[in-house]
Amino acid sequence: MAAPKKGRRSPGGQGRPGRVLALILIAMVALTGGMFASGHTTPRLGIDLAGGTSFTLEAKNEPGKPNAINETNMNTAVGIIDSRVNGLGVSEAEVQTQGSNHIIVNIPRGTNAKQARKQVGTTAKLGFRPVLTATAGVKTPEPAPSASGKAGDKDKGDKDKASDKPDDKSGDKDGKSKESVKPSGSAAPSASTGQQGRAVSDALKADGTPSPRATASVSDGKNGSTDPKKDEAKKDGQSPSPAPSASGGTDMAALQKKLDALDCSTPQGRAQANEAAASARAEDPVVACRKDGSVKEILGPVAVEGTAVDKASAVFDSQGGKGWLVQLKFNSEGAKKFADVTGKLAAKQSPQNQFAIVLDGEVVSDPSVSTSIGGGQAEISGGFDQQGAQDLANVLSYGALPLSFDVVTETTVTAALGGEQLRAGLIAGAIGLGLVVIYLVAYYRGLALVALASLACSAVLTYTIMVLLGPAIGFALNLPAVCGAIVAIGITADSFIVYFERIRDEIREGRTLRPAVERGWPRARRTILVSDFVSFLAAAVLFVVTVGKVQGFAFTLGLTTLLDIVVVFFFTKPLMTLLARRKFFASGHPWSGLDPRRLGVRPPLRASRRRPSAPVDPKEA
Amino acid sequence: MSRLGSLGARLYRGEVGYDFVGKRKIWYGISILITITAIVGLAVRGLNMGIEFSGGAVFTTPKTAVTSAQARQTAQDASGHTAVVQKLGNDTLRLQVSDLTPDQSRKTQQALAKKLGVDTDKVNTDIVGPSWGDQIANKAWWGLGIFMVLVVIYLAIAFEWRMAVAALIALVHDLTITVGVYALVGFEVTPGTVIGLLTILGYSLYDTVVVFDGLKESSKDLTKQTRFTYSEIANRSLNSTLVRSINTTVVALLPVAGLLFIGGGFLGAGMLNDISLALFVGLAAGAYSSIFIATPLVADLKERDPQMQALAKRVRARRASEAAKADSGEPRDGEEHGEDGEPQDAAPAGVVGQRGRTDGRNRGGRGRSQGRRR
Repeated sequence: MAAPKKGRRSPGGQGRPGRVLALILIAMVALTGGMFASGHTTPRLGIDLAGGTSFTLEAKNEPGKPNAINETNMNTAVGIIDSRVNGLGVSEAEVQTQGSNHIIVNIPRGTNAKQARKQVGTTAKLGFRPVLTATAGVKTPEPAPSASGKAGDKDKGDKDKASDKPDDKSGDKDGKSKESVKPSGSAAPSASTGQQGRAVSDALKADGTPSPRATASVSDGKNGSTDPKKDEAKKDGQSPSPAPSASGGTDMAALQKKLDALDCSTPQGRAQANEAAASARAEDPVVACRKDGSVKEILGPVAVEGTAVDKASAVFDSQGGKGWLVQLKFNSEGAKKFADVTGKLAAKQSPQNQFAIVLDGEVVSDPSVSTSIGGGQAEISGGFDQQGAQDLANVLSYGALPLSFDVVTETTVTAALGGEQLRAGLIAGAIGLGLVVIYLVAYYRGLALVALASLACSAVLTYTIMVLLGPAIGFALNLPAVCGAIVAIGITADSFIVYFERIRDEIREGRTLRPAVERGWPRARRTILVSDFVSFLAAAVLFVVTVGKVQGFAFTLGLTTLLDIVVVFFFTKPLMTLLARRKFFASGHPWSGLDPRRLGVRPPLRASRRRPSAPVDPKEA
Repeated sequence: MSRLGSLGARLYRGEVGYDFVGKRKIWYGISILITITAIVGLAVRGLNMGIEFSGGAVFTTPKTAVTSAQARQTAQDASGHTAVVQKLGNDTLRLQVSDLTPDQSRKTQQALAKKLGVDTDKVNTDIVGPSWGDQIANKAWWGLGIFMVLVVIYLAIAFEWRMAVAALIALVHDLTITVGVYALVGFEVTPGTVIGLLTILGYSLYDTVVVFDGLKESSKDLTKQTRFTYSEIANRSLNSTLVRSINTTVVALLPVAGLLFIGGGFLGAGMLNDISLALFVGLAAGAYSSIFIATPLVADLKERDPQMQALAKRVRARRASEAAKADSGEPRDGEEHGEDGEPQDAAPAGVVGQRGRTDGRNRGGRGRSQGRRR
């Protein structure tokens, strides 16, 4: 720790204290300038000072899948929760991991905390649902349910019987050829058709680009033979027979109405739709919006759960010329269901040969299927760019995340209380600082000026850095952090005390101020480095190991400890060197705090015998 | 203050001083007593764990005319659990209900808001699931363990293992006392307390390290002289850094006292108060232990070192012979001349009259203690 600084110091310390001082002053000006340039002049405040709601979520392994809590999974979860919370129209909600298995969600005041909590508290659910109907995303002016509705109904009934029929198909996400979504006139109900010119799924498939394909050739349940379906239905505990279809009928009409009312073209509308769809039971059909809002769809019950996905990854197919695609691998049960469902879907017409990948009630992708896909492996291709493929792969992986989250703490702080706590913290800091100043002045007299200037320097650095860290790394000043800063006053002041006491010891030895300042420094420096290192070590360990409030505290403590070293090396020491040249200090003026008589240097008999001028050396002045 | 300054000078020169090392047994005894009291207190009374550790909710209402009793009734009706109500300075109420699930907590919050006639989100809530406290405590233990191991390694490298051991003992001593005070007084333990406790780690060691640094400096060339034993050097070094220790402790305690005053006086309770309370106790214990426990322990350990035992023997031998010489009336002037022979010795004052120990007179003369040579 000392080594590099020592190197820089030795030329600067003795020889050019002015230069070193100028350096740190420039640094301070630069930081202050940067602060104003960045447009933030106050630190970002944490929830407890600004008001708002804060949740801590704790990740839990889903039963049977241990060791799922790892960085990748947690980061994916953060991404999902972030988009969920911010999707509410909440601005500036902040989601981050903390420690190894916690996620902190901070929602500023003024937003609907209750709604946010609902979003945060529910587990992300990914599922594959068959598409029953697809239509343009805007509100449908004139619902035309009619026959088409029935058709959908029937389908749905069938599907229900078949248990779940998920499936996959290849599709693409947004942009480019959205083949997957097209409303082709036929079975599809109502308005969907003509509106978008791209009702071309079949055509596209013909093109070869967007078709889904099974990478694994073998599938048992191919062609959707009925038997397996029934088996599965039983397994699922659904009543295979007519019951579903009957209920499905009424449902369908209602659904169609819902679909018509749905407006996917605005973020609010989508948020509502997503929430409704996300809270629906897996065995119920839902209406949902495509992520980009261009399409709304009626979706059948969940055919394959997202947790059935073992692995999903984005790969670039250089050989087949299909570009970016997403490869999926299902677990054994999932593979079976998937084969089943794709078999059934493949036989249908668009859009009912599509399945929707639904995350939290939102259709992330809705590829179409042309053949039954068995073997548990599938790939979704067509019109992806790299980003698109990776996003979809992430989403699919998240469905496979064997994690669920519990809300372990929830804190709501009103703006009033937050302001009060901030004020109390500031007052406490001011009082603490005031007491320290009084003590220092009383004890060290003129030297206290050096200490105060150094404290001020330290304060400027700490403040500007905290402000700048807000936008840079999302640092938010919370109450524990304020406490840390106040406690740090003591640590910072102690560095000066160590140094001053050393200087005074040297003077007691009979040295004049200038040599005393220089001779006292190496020892003081070592003491400061060693002790600050211990303090920093404590802060670092706390920061790494702990969570929540403790972390904010540790961060400030570590930061201020580092700054303490900077200040002592680049400010206090050079300033001392400069001041030692001033008569006021060098001559040991009673108010300088360095008066040899006050320090108890006796012009001892022996000393005067030997060296008449011993204790005070006026020539230095 | 200037009196303290000249006291500092006399301490520095060793004219006055307290025999910390010599009287260590007394202080060990006192510390052991305090520690045992703390442990007994902990065992008998246990710690008053806050909501954050048991699970439950804390509600802070806005300014209200509703009385504590009414609020308590409302909270108890809504939650089905006992509520503790505290009236804060500014007409706000703080309600604490233990063992609530998050859902019950939200219900209680709504009931309270209704009773007070305000919006639900005007009631501050702090809802904590029962597992959270364990987590915090767990992580704190981990932090404590990791930190101790690292610090012992670091101190063993930067200083030596004996100092590392002594520092660790002093640290445990401080923590035990602080926890004991919490148990005995019945302060509530919250995450803020944990923060405070963990900070004591750094602070207590910080102080110890500064003292050790002086000790290391003083004892550098110890074996090359026969004037002082290790214990004596240690004691001297302690006394000469005493002023710094006092100043540091005062300066560190002042802001914490500010926090405590504000935390307690202004907000009634909360994070500020919790942190500063733990810090206050811990800092005081830390300052005490680095002087009265850590350094004497190092001296104890050091004196077991064969090298140091040999030194002690030489010192005794020398003193015996000097005492003999002194009896024979060797002129003291001679010593003075010897001193002059040393170059660079601007102010030899320090050595004379080592703290009026019985044998101080004899040791006084020639040369300076090794510890002060730089």
